[in-house]
Amino acid sequence: MIDALSDTLIWVALAAAVWALVLVVLNRPPLPGPKDGWAFFGLLALLELGLLAQAVVGLVQLATTDRDVAGLAFAGYLLGALLILPVAAYWSLAERTRWGTAVLVVGALALPVMVVRMHQVWTAVPGG
Amino acid sequence: MAEDRTATRSGPGRLLIAVYAIFALAACARSASQIAGHFSRAPLAYLLSAFAAVVYVVATVSLSRGSRGSRRLAVVSCAVELVGVVTVGIASLVAPSAFPDATVWSVFGQGYGFVPVVLPVLGLLWIRRTAGFGDS
Repeated sequence: MIDALSDTLIWVALAAAVWALVLVVLNRPPLPGPKDGWAFFGLLALLELGLLAQAVVGLVQLATTDRDVAGLAFAGYLLGALLILPVAAYWSLAERTRWGTAVLVVGALALPVMVVRMHQVWTAVPGG
Repeated sequence: MAEDRTATRSGPGRLLIAVYAIFALAACARSASQIAGHFSRAPLAYLLSAFAAVVYVVATVSLSRGSRGSRRLAVVSCAVELVGVVTVGIASLVAPSAFPDATVWSVFGQGYGFVPVVLPVLGLLWIRRTAGFGDS
């Protein structure tokens, strides 16, 4: 794994969660229309791109490493993390209330947890 | 009956289902990698993980469908989930040797911030709260 990329993804995901939380408090569902709505979705798209890059790099590293890594769990986290934002956005956009926006908070908070977990799986001593 | 169908997935229900979906994904992924990777290490714990995964998937789907039948199914799956998390929670404290590897429900879901023990309660309360939509 590339530590700098993982760290960046964690912080960007937390920033997106805080942003979404502010939208919940303001009761202002993000819309692709107003400038701030586009900026918000742009941030989510950027985050998803970063996760995609991490998945590609991670899978290549998994295939080429000499170490014994729990490959299935690691690949599961890499690929599972890609599902979170698209599904959360789909589920959120179907309900234009603060509850719908709160889905994005939860989705964005799930990502740092997954990145930390995949990092633990990557660095873990197998069988330990 | 449009209201009846949408009641459980609107408002707070939408957030609840989102959290359920994350747990369904987490539990499925966890049990798949446990069972495929090293099933013999802790068969009981891994079978429980798989069972929990199924319960979360059923709860997620039935809550988001929200028809009369799936409401009933959602009640059953939330109840099973509550019984499961409490039973496994107690068992993992009383007989830790039976659980050499953690499940989603170990120590009342400690590894997941105790969300697993709160979730079925919220689920049941939410189904009860939206019950009026089905009756009228």
